[in-house]
This record gives sequence, structure tokens and C-alpha cells, in this order.
Amino acid sequence: MRYSILSVLGQALKGQKDWKPVWRDAEPKPAYDVIIVGGGGHGLATAYYLAKEHDIRNVAVVEKGWIGGGNVGRNTTIIRSNYLLPGNIPFYEKSMKLWEGLEQDINYNAMISQRGILNLYHSDGQRDAYVRRGNAMRLHGVDAELLDREGVRKMYPFLNFDNARFPIHGGLLHRRGGTVRHDAVAWGYARAADQRGVDIIQNCEVTGIRVENGRVLGVETERGFIGANKVGLAAAGNSSRVAAMAGLKLPIESQVLQAFVSEGLKPLIPGVITFGAGHFYISQSDKGGLVFGGDLDGYNSYAQRGNLPVVEDVCEGGMALMPAIGRLRVLRGWGGIMDMSMDGSPIIDKTPVDGLYLNCGWCYGGFKATPASGFCFAHTIARDEPHELNAAYRLDRFRTGRLIDEKGVGAQPNLH
Amino acid sequence: MSRQPNRLASGGLVDRNKPQLFRFDGQPYQGFAGDTLASALLANGVSLFGRSFKYHRPRGLLSAGPEEPNALVELRSGARREPNTRATVAELYDGLEATSQNRWPSLRFDAMAVNQLFAPIFAAGFYYKTFMWPAAFWEKLYEPIIRRAAGLGRPAGSEDPDHYEKAFAHCDVLVIGSGPAGLMAALAAGRSGARVIIAEEDFRLGGRLICDRREVDGVPSVEWVARIASELEAMPEVRVMLRTSVFGVYDGGVYGALERVNDHVAVPPEFQPRQRMWRIMTRETILAAGSIERPVVFGDNDRPGVMMAGSVRTYTNRFAVAPGTRAAVFANNDDAARTIGDLEAAGVHVDAVIDPRPGSTDSVRSAARKAGSELIEGAIERATGGQRVQSVDVRSNGSTRSLSVDLVAMSGGWSPTVHLTSHQGSRPVWDDQLSAFLPGQTLPPGMTVAGAATGQFSLEACLAAGAAAGLDAAGRCGFRRAQLAVPSADPESTAVSPLWRVRGTKGKAFVDFQNDVAASDVELAEREGFRSVEHLKRYTTLGMATDQGKTANVNGLALMAEITAKSISQTGTTIFRPPYTPVAIGALAGHHRGEHFKPTRLTAGHAWAKRQGAVFVESGVWMRAAYFPRPGENDWLETTIREVNTVRSAVGVCDVSTLGKIDVQGRDAGKFLDFVYCNTFSTLAIGKARYGVMLREDGFAMDDGTTSRLAEDHYVVTTTTANAAKVMQHMEFCHQVLLPHLDVQMISISDQWAQYAIAGPKSRAVLQKIVDPRHDISNEAFPFMAAAEISLKGGIPARLFRISFSGEMAYELAVPAGFGEAAIVEIIKAGQEFGIAPYGLEALTVMRIEKGHVAGAEFNGQTTARDFGLGKMVSTKKEFVGRVMAQREALTQPDRPILVGLRPIEEGFRLRSGAHLLNRGAEPSLDNDQGYVTSTTYSPTLRSWIGLAFMKSGKERTGDTVRAWDAIRGTDALVEVVGPCFYDPKGERHHG
Ligand SMILES: Cc1cc2nc3c(=O)[nH]c(=O)nc-3n(C[C@H](O)[C@H](O)[C@H](O)COP(=O)(O)OP(=O)(O)OC[C@H]3O[C@@H](n4cnc5c(N)ncnc54)[C@H](O)[C@@H]3O)c2cc1C
Repeated sequence: MRYSILSVLGQALKGQKDWKPVWRDAEPKPAYDVIIVGGGGHGLATAYYLAKEHDIRNVAVVEKGWIGGGNVGRNTTIIRSNYLLPGNIPFYEKSMKLWEGLEQDINYNAMISQRGILNLYHSDGQRDAYVRRGNAMRLHGVDAELLDREGVRKMYPFLNFDNARFPIHGGLLHRRGGTVRHDAVAWGYARAADQRGVDIIQNCEVTGIRVENGRVLGVETERGFIGANKVGLAAAGNSSRVAAMAGLKLPIESQVLQAFVSEGLKPLIPGVITFGAGHFYISQSDKGGLVFGGDLDGYNSYAQRGNLPVVEDVCEGGMALMPAIGRLRVLRGWGGIMDMSMDGSPIIDKTPVDGLYLNCGWCYGGFKATPASGFCFAHTIARDEPHELNAAYRLDRFRTGRLIDEKGVGAQPNLH
Repeated sequence: MSRQPNRLASGGLVDRNKPQLFRFDGQPYQGFAGDTLASALLANGVSLFGRSFKYHRPRGLLSAGPEEPNALVELRSGARREPNTRATVAELYDGLEATSQNRWPSLRFDAMAVNQLFAPIFAAGFYYKTFMWPAAFWEKLYEPIIRRAAGLGRPAGSEDPDHYEKAFAHCDVLVIGSGPAGLMAALAAGRSGARVIIAEEDFRLGGRLICDRREVDGVPSVEWVARIASELEAMPEVRVMLRTSVFGVYDGGVYGALERVNDHVAVPPEFQPRQRMWRIMTRETILAAGSIERPVVFGDNDRPGVMMAGSVRTYTNRFAVAPGTRAAVFANNDDAARTIGDLEAAGVHVDAVIDPRPGSTDSVRSAARKAGSELIEGAIERATGGQRVQSVDVRSNGSTRSLSVDLVAMSGGWSPTVHLTSHQGSRPVWDDQLSAFLPGQTLPPGMTVAGAATGQFSLEACLAAGAAAGLDAAGRCGFRRAQLAVPSADPESTAVSPLWRVRGTKGKAFVDFQNDVAASDVELAEREGFRSVEHLKRYTTLGMATDQGKTANVNGLALMAEITAKSISQTGTTIFRPPYTPVAIGALAGHHRGEHFKPTRLTAGHAWAKRQGAVFVESGVWMRAAYFPRPGENDWLETTIREVNTVRSAVGVCDVSTLGKIDVQGRDAGKFLDFVYCNTFSTLAIGKARYGVMLREDGFAMDDGTTSRLAEDHYVVTTTTANAAKVMQHMEFCHQVLLPHLDVQMISISDQWAQYAIAGPKSRAVLQKIVDPRHDISNEAFPFMAAAEISLKGGIPARLFRISFSGEMAYELAVPAGFGEAAIVEIIKAGQEFGIAPYGLEALTVMRIEKGHVAGAEFNGQTTARDFGLGKMVSTKKEFVGRVMAQREALTQPDRPILVGLRPIEEGFRLRSGAHLLNRGAEPSLDNDQGYVTSTTYSPTLRSWIGLAFMKSGKERTGDTVRAWDAIRGTDALVEVVGPCFYDPKGERHHG
């Protein structure tokens, strides 16, 4: 059933009785044209665009748990296309464009809300670095504005302008940035893919990748072998483990990132704010919770939980930036496992194994990339060559040195 | 005002001699010391406490504890306003002010209650299906309305005036909870000699023992608690922490706890924190957190006056309040007997006891008989009434009848409080026998669980389990287990058979009260395929409210199991994340806010500079003098120009103490430096300094600075201010991990030495006046790049380096930090006759740009030594960090952007950093991007703005005119590409 105000009203009269499952809980078939490993945002989007853009519909998304239970449902929901480097800008702008039409495209309200993201700066040097970034964005037609201290004060009078250790000098404002209801992205893509014939197979952990003579044949799963002409890996925080099943060693470390939500509150923060003098960023969800986070915990781990030092560090940043939140309470904190690459940028590429494709290295920022990642990965799988938008996201760039190191911190994943 | 109509004449743990006046929604009331806000309002006959999240339904108290979903208020006012405070845990104090929330215009008449009319539309997830057309309306129309309607309380919006502390505590045994199991555990471990901390979130010890009328060791339980409490207080190694919630379990035996030090007074006393966050390090932990009672899901079960039976007993017994006048008890377990007895004792008549269990049980039957209550085998289908329950529809034997009551005490059984057991990932397991989730198999290391938290619901079992856990924990810590008799308790029956919901009810049957998730929403979720617990929660928001589903999760899961005809263990489990109860952000931040967010580092000459009127700027955590304005100067630029001119024509002095300094000693010191720098230091002559560039392992430039050799086995390295710690860390890493066999030691001496740059043609003349004449510092004896340990007049030890950042003849003089202030005073005194002036970071920057030296803006982590034009420095003859990776094709590509100088064509044009470079006539696009401007300044020497930039094939483009495109600032100007060194490119001046 198509979703619309009319169908909602109609069902209100019928006690909501006619709704069908948003996606079928499919049983695995013996073989598919394409298998995507990982039912997160990227895997589901890839399946959708394979069907939509390339008319490849004999596709399965194989997920070890329930779809959307990984990072797509654990992130802080920020979308933006305010990147600095030429390898990134067109890709993330494509993603933003896709977000802008997504709800109508997939007929699902993901509450895409372009409420603006403001990156604060606290020194001349930081300002100049943001100007360099803003100009790079403008070179590609992406919106960016520089605010001075008064401009920031007008937008966010409750920030600390009085006794800050690192006074706010201004900020780079990217108005088209904002937030999206993360779960809805997984569910909306799942529904749209399902409607185009994609099988979404849950509770089916991939335990092996069958490769013969350098060519992929399918995947071993908890529920048996499933054959495939092509296999795409989109396992985010588990990428290293999954790729190892095909004998690949990735330039990826897995690290924990925590996030927090406060109790529900009446509106306080309209957009997204990032602190420039500490690790802290914040927005407020439509439900009223302040959603915030900061730095990685800093060590390699597959445990989806973080520790107190970072909890404290994040809250210190929060109090330094906006001392009005002191009496508001942290309701819940959680951790997700990040696939941290060596230069902080992703990999969407073919692999040395024929028919095996790789999508990983999203670090803490892959949610915003979901539509473009799915779009480009689908292209790469369907055509067996990267799209021009992911041309820079090669696996061999660590050998050639064609790095995309936005932060300039080098091959130290916990600093990206 | 002070009638307290529902207060019982006697009994309870409230102090009738200490009346406390307070206000709720402006209305004055009186309660007693020992009350919570909830019990005091209840004593005053208030039954309406709040409104629900979505439908704005009137809500009263459901519980008497931290699990409360309904009775949330804004506590205090002004900057101290605390939204979403549970009235059930807010300790009453004289002068307390509370306001209801999420209603307009008033709690009684809430206009938003119209939402109830739309309830058929507002089913779970309805918003995912609509509000999509037209796209632009989301941000402009739909979302603002949704945002305004959503949320609960209002944040204060101004700075929190209170402060917070952090503290560490260490113990052998941490006991969480002070009910029967917790008290016995603490007693047992304490008597065995262990260092014990017992943390209790309430302001009184005892848990259920002070809420129920029980007997322990032949005395009323309240008395027994008092006896144990005083024994614990008397033990020197036992620490009793009241008002302290253990909120999280972290790796390594760390527990986070929040102590509410002053939440029970209007304003914290001076110099005292509002709250204190504890990091408790413990070997053994005994979780004795008790259990939380579950509601039953039936129609309109959210009407004020429908309460948890155990909480009803808490109000009658502990707070001496009658929560109603005519009650119905509805329970699937034998606690019903206790509820009947306690209500009758409080003068509340129990009209009916509704027991869904066929034939009920002996204990319930006899309690009902004694109280003269009608025992009905059946279930409540629906509660009726608006802002207070008026009657219940009871179904029995196939027919339904109405009973008028104003209180319903319900109980669906108890859920063990296993939250903390799952903070490290362990999943609770379902027990069919007990109808409850019990702690999982793999508990956090060192944790044991005792009492009701493990599903032991009888008092005697709790006492025994607590004692055993306490003795075992002490034993594992190496203490001799004390002799301890387990006290006896009055007999009881704990029989229970599951009842999750009453089917076929009309009205909304709530599962999650606060978030308005009803049974119909769970059914809809199932219909739409959201069947796993995670999907159910996310789709319906079940368990996501401020109570984190403490009363809702198990019912939600059980309903889903019922609908899908699966068992509960097949359906899933709920796991909990920290914090157990919400924690104020301020408490987690402690003192690290405002000016104390990060430490402030001051140089030894700071006070002196301040006296000179310097304007300071943050440089990392340092404060550095930016410039030294003089009367009559209008702005920073004018001052800076004067300072630069003084240096270039006479002499200036600048505090450079913030640069990192690392002392490197040992036989292999030179070899070690050769390894960490791309150029060579082992060949440096003793008494000489050399500029060095350090690469990261990936071949990009990391840091630069001069290193001097003071002796065969002794070097002093300097780093940039920003990278002082990073370079130290890197060098430690290189030594300890990569070259452990080298004989080299190093230590940071950044704090130990104050350092001043003395620059300008007259610099030597100044120094000659203060350096001990024993040291010859003439140009011949102490040429450019010389370095020596010397002494100043008066015998002060010092180090002198003839290095120059400004391009002039210059020195850096280092003295022990204790002499830092004296040294700057002496330098200025000596320089007076030569026209010396202090200069700040601004002038320093101007001169380094004029000289084309790279600094932080160029060391952006994306650039190589070659990009700086320093490719020749990179040795090809030795191994060093970054060597191999620096040879990758992209790092050696000839058209890589390289450092160039820029000069605007138009006179006076202010070139600014961050602009990108475009060829003339080229469309602004990424493809046409030629590079970017990193550093700019006004050059007093050239009387023009100048800049440094990285530009593609920059060297070949010298003399070209290109555009400096700065769309962000709205400028687009032509600039000429020149060499990066604008001033004395041959370097003649620094030779003096
Ligand atoms: C706390 C936090 C905050 C974040 N904030 C943001 C933000 O604000 N903005 C932003 O852009 N990004 C953010 N991110 C990053 C973003 O969430 C991720 O980069 C992105 O979601 C990863 O892609 P995904 O959605 O496909 O991953 P996932 O949802 O993790 O999907 C991967 C899936 O693969 C499955 N899987 C793994 N192994 C196997 C196997 N062997 N067999 C079958 N299935 C398997 C997993 O179960 C999982 O469902 C944040 C991340 C976290 C943790």
C-alpha cells in the first residue's frame, strides 16, 4: 500500500488493520545474481539502487541480526556535505542531493530536516581553515557561509559567550546540512527494495565467502550456502572480519564511538552545532532529546560499548560550549563499532577477487553517505567499475599515496 | 492549606514535627520532612501530576520510585529549573517549587488533549507514512509543529549556577542497594573486615523493608533496618552512601555513581556542590538492586488512581498517606494479601480483590475474607473516569460489571532490577517459573547478584542470599569470612502466575505510559513486521522514555510473544544501557567548564607581559602575548607594524617559551635523532644548531624546529608550540617500540626553561650587556647557528642559540623558568638604549611570512617536506620515519601543490587565507582549482599584503597572475605568483 495522508486516514477508520509488513522477512533462495552482506543503511540502499538504476532485482541482502540494528540505527543522524577535499566533495554533495529527493523517491518519510549545521571556530587559524573548506565547497556549488561571533550569537544566544576558555570567534554555516531519522532510512530503503523484488534475509550471519580460482561463488551462512554471481560487502564495523573470510586484509581498524541522548525537552536547539575547541557536537531530535557525542574511545574493539573517560570528556565539551545544559540529564548512551580507515575516508571498490566488491571505511561519518554509497556501490557492482563519484575511494590508494585525509592526521585511525 | 487530608494520623517515616511548605503549579501545600514530592502531594489529595507525551492524557502517580513514568515535573525555577524530574524521588524540602509540564494552558485544562481525538490516526509510526508532500513543507510546517508538541519539560536556557564535583573511591566490596539482601551483604562483608561501600539511591536505607510491614528477627523491619544501619555506620571500613545511584558499569571494575549531595535543599550551601560524580573502583560487587513491579495492561489503565500495588503500600506504610478511599486490588500474585492488609490498616476499604488465577490462593482468600472484601476471580477490563479513576469494569465468569472505586492497586508481578548486569553486554535470560528476566550467564567481572534482583522474592531468601554473597565476596578478597546468623522473617507466599494483558478491552491499554505506547501499537508493529524487540522499540518508541521502559519493556515483549504465539525467550530479551537512571550532564562534566574547561598555561614572563599591557591570545592551552599596544595606537595592525619595524631596524624581544623543548641524552642520541628527523643530526658539531623536519610514518610532514648539540651525547630539540606533546609522544614511541636497543633517554623540559627571542641588528649589543663577559659572543666566536651553555651576569645559568625566525640577526636565550621574569626585565633594561621593544605573536607571524617560513597553517597534515620546498633536506642516505611512504607516487608527483608567495596586483588589497587559486578566465570549479592560500599578512617591509599558498606546479608559475578566489568572504582578486621568501632571500641579514 502506498503511504500517504489518505491511506493513513483510511486506516485510522479501519483500526489500522490492513497494513502489511514493511518488508518481507524472506527465506534464502539457492542463488542470486547479487548478494549484499550487511543489512545496514549502505547494504539496503545498494540493493535498492541495483534494482532501480540497473534493473538487477534478483538480489538478496543478508543480515546477521535484524536490519538496521548496526550503525545505521546507532548514529547521531547528521547529514552534511561540507567536505574539504576534491575526492570527497562531489560524492557527498551527490548524497545530499539524493537525500533531498529521497522521501518522494522511496515513499517513506525519513524526516530529512535541513536545519543547518554550524561548525564553530575559536581562533584565526581555525577560521582560515574553514574558509579554505567553505571555498572548496563553493567551487562545487555547495552552500557555505562564514559567520562572525555576532552572527553566531544571533543564531544561538545560549552558547557560552561570557567566560569561555576558548571564546567563540564565529562559525562556518552549511544550511543544507541537518538530520534524518536514522531508523527510517533503513526501513524506507528496505521497503523500497523489497517492493522491487529484493529479498531481505534477516538472522542469517555470513560465516564464509566461497572463492574458487579467484572468483566468488557465494556465501556460507548460518542457514546454508547461498550462491551468487557477485557479492558486495557492506558490513561497516565488521568489515575486517567479513573481508577476512575471502582472505582480504583491510586497511581498517575497528573502534568504538559513543553517543548520548538526553531526556525529552521542549525545543532548545534548532540545528546542529559542533564545538571547535573540544570534541562535542549536538542537535535536538524531533522527539525533543538532545543527541550528542564527541570523540572515539580511542582503542580497537568489537564491543559495542564505551567507557567513562569519553563520557566525561563529551560532557565537559558540552558544558564548556553551552552551560545551560548542566541540569539536563543524559538518558542513554551507547556505542557503535566504526570501520576506521587509515585516512578517514571510505573505500568503495572492486577487490582482487573477481565478483567481490567492497564498501567500508566509513568511520564515524557514513550515515550521511548512505544514499550516495548505495548509488555508487550499486554502479560499481553492476558495471564492474567505479562510478566517477567514487573514483577516488580506491583500495590501492594507501599504496599509491592518493589519500583523502580531510583532517590531516595521517594513518592513525583513532585520530580521524 | 496545611490540612493534608490524606495523611494518616500516625505511623510512617515522616517527621510530623517538621512541616515543609512547598508549591506545585503555584498552589501552596504542606508536607513533612521524610516525604517525597509525590507523597506530600498525595497527602494533600492531589492525584493529577502530569500529561502524557503524545495524547496529553491526564496522569497520576504510577509508582513510588525511580521507575515512575508519569509524575514528571519541572523542579525549581529560573536557571535552576530541572525538567522531567520524577516527583517520586524528589525529596521534599522547605520552599520546594514545582511546576507541571507538557501542558497548555494548565494541567487541568490542557488544550493539547485534543490529540486524544486523533488517536486513531496517531498510531505507532504514522509519521513515517505521511508529511511527505510537498517536500519543502517538512522543515517549514510539519516539523515545527511536531517539535513544539513533542518534548516534555522546558530546559532552563541559561547557565546552571550550581557546580559539580568528581571523586574517586576504592573498595573491596561494593554493595548496590540497601534492601534486605544489600544490608546483609554489607554487614557480612563489613564484619569480615573488607572495605565496603554500600550505595543506596534513596535517602533512607532499607529498600522494601521500610515500605512493607515485615518482621525480621522478631522485630518490625523498620527497627531491624535501624539496628543494622547503626552497626554499619560504626564500622570504620564501611562507607554508607545515601542518595547515591550507581548508574553504570564500565570496563576494568569501574562503577559510575551519582551522589545527590544537595538536591534536598533549595540551594546548595556555599562552596558545596550540587552533586558529586563518583568513579568507584572495586574488586567485588554485589548487586542487590531489588525488583520493579509490573503493571497489567488493560483498558485505560493510565487513569490517575490506578497505581502499582507495592507503591500503594509504600505510600501507606512509609509515608503514612492514604492514596484513596475505596480500593480495588488487582493482582496475579500473592502480594495481594499484603496489599489488602496494609490498605485496611490505613483505613482504605478494599471493596474488591480481583485475582485472575483460578481459585486464587489461600493467602489471598483469607486476606480478603478478613478485610471483608469481595474476591472476584477475573480481571479488570477497563478503568473509567477522567482525571481520577471512578470505577472499574470487572469481567468475571463471562460477564462484566462496574465497581466504583477511586483507587486501583495493580500488580502483574515483579521484574528483577537486572539493568547493571547487562551494561557489559550480558543478556538477561527469561525464567518461565518466575515469569521474569534474570541476570544472564556472564556477568561483569567481579559482580554477583543477590536477592530480588535474582528473582528471590521471599524476604528470608533475600536475607540469606545477601549474607552469603557478602561473605563470599569478602572471602574472595582474602578476608576471613565472619560468623553470621541469617535472621528469620515472617512467613509469606510469593506465588505468581503470568498475566500480561486483559484481552478484549475497550479504551487504550497502555504498555509504555510515558510514551503512550498502547497494546494496539504493539499489534500494529507486529502487523507491519516490526517483531524483533529492537524493531518493536524503535518503531513504537516503547521503552525509550525517561524511565527507559522500567515498567514497560517486559510487558511489551510479552505482548509481542503472545501475538506471534511464541515464547518470551524466543521473542527476545531487553538489554539495558547506562545510565540506570538519567544523570545530569553538569555532573558528568564536573569543574571542567567555563574558564576551567581546559588548564591555562602561562609562561614565566606572563605577569611581566601583562603589566606591559599585552593583549593575549590562546595558543593551544597557552596564553601568548599577541601584541603590546602603546598609547595612541589605534589597532593591532598599527602596533604590529611598529613592533616589526623595531625588530627590523633595531631590536625586539619575544617570549618563545611555549615552544616544546625535549632534552635528548645518551650514547645513541644522534643516531636516534637521525631516525626521527628526515635530515641528519649525528653529524652536527657540538655547539651548533640545525633546523630539522620530522615526518609522520606515512611520509607527510609532522613538525619542525631547531635542534642543538650541547655535548657529544646531549641534544636539545625544540618543537612547535602546537606539537610539543605530540612530538614527545612520538619520540617515546619510536624509542620504546621501534628502537628499544638504542642508548638514549629523553624528557620534556618545556616547562623548565623560559626562552626569549632577541632579534634585530642590535640584538648582540643587548646580549653583550647581560651575558657573563667570560663568554665571547662576537660574530666570529658565536656565528649564525651557534649554540652554547653559558651564564648571565650574576651567575644565572643559561643557554644561548643563534637562530633566527625573523630573518634578522637573532638569538634565543633560555633561562631556568624560575628566572624567566627576571630575565625579561634585564633584557628590556639592557636594550633600552638600543630602542628595544617587546613584540608579540602577531609581529612574529608577520616576519615569518615575510621570510616564507612554514608554520601551523602549512603543517596541515596534508603536505610534505617537498611541498614546503624543503625536498633537499630529506636524506636519501639513511633510514628514518616516513622515508618509504614519502616515496609513494602521489607524494612525489611533480605537479603536487608546492609552497609559493603571492602579492596582490591591486595595491592595498587585503589578501586573506583560505582563498583558492584559479587561473584567469577559468570557471570556478573543483577541476580548475589550482591551490589555496595558507598564510597572509600585511608586510610593513613591502608595504603590501602578502601571502603563502600551495599551488599546483607552483615553482613553474612564478611571475604568473592568477585569481585569489574567496567566495566565502566575497572577494576575487588578481595576485602575482612569487617566491615564498619576500625578505632578504639570500639570508644575509641573519649572519649579522
Ligand atoms: C555513535 C555513532 C554516531 C555516528 N554519527 C554519525 C553522524 O552523525 N553522521 C554520519 O554521517 N555518520 C555517523 N555515524 C557513522 C554511521 O552510522 C556509519 O558510518 C554507517 O551507518 C555505516 O554504514 P551502515 O549503515 O551500512 O552500517 P551498519 O548499520 O552497521 O550495517 C552493517 C551491517 O552488517 C551486518 N553484518 C556484519 N557482519 C555480518 C555478517 N558476517 N553477516 C551478515 N551481516 C553482517 C551488521 O549486523 C550490520 O547490520 C555514527 C556512528 C556511530 C556509532
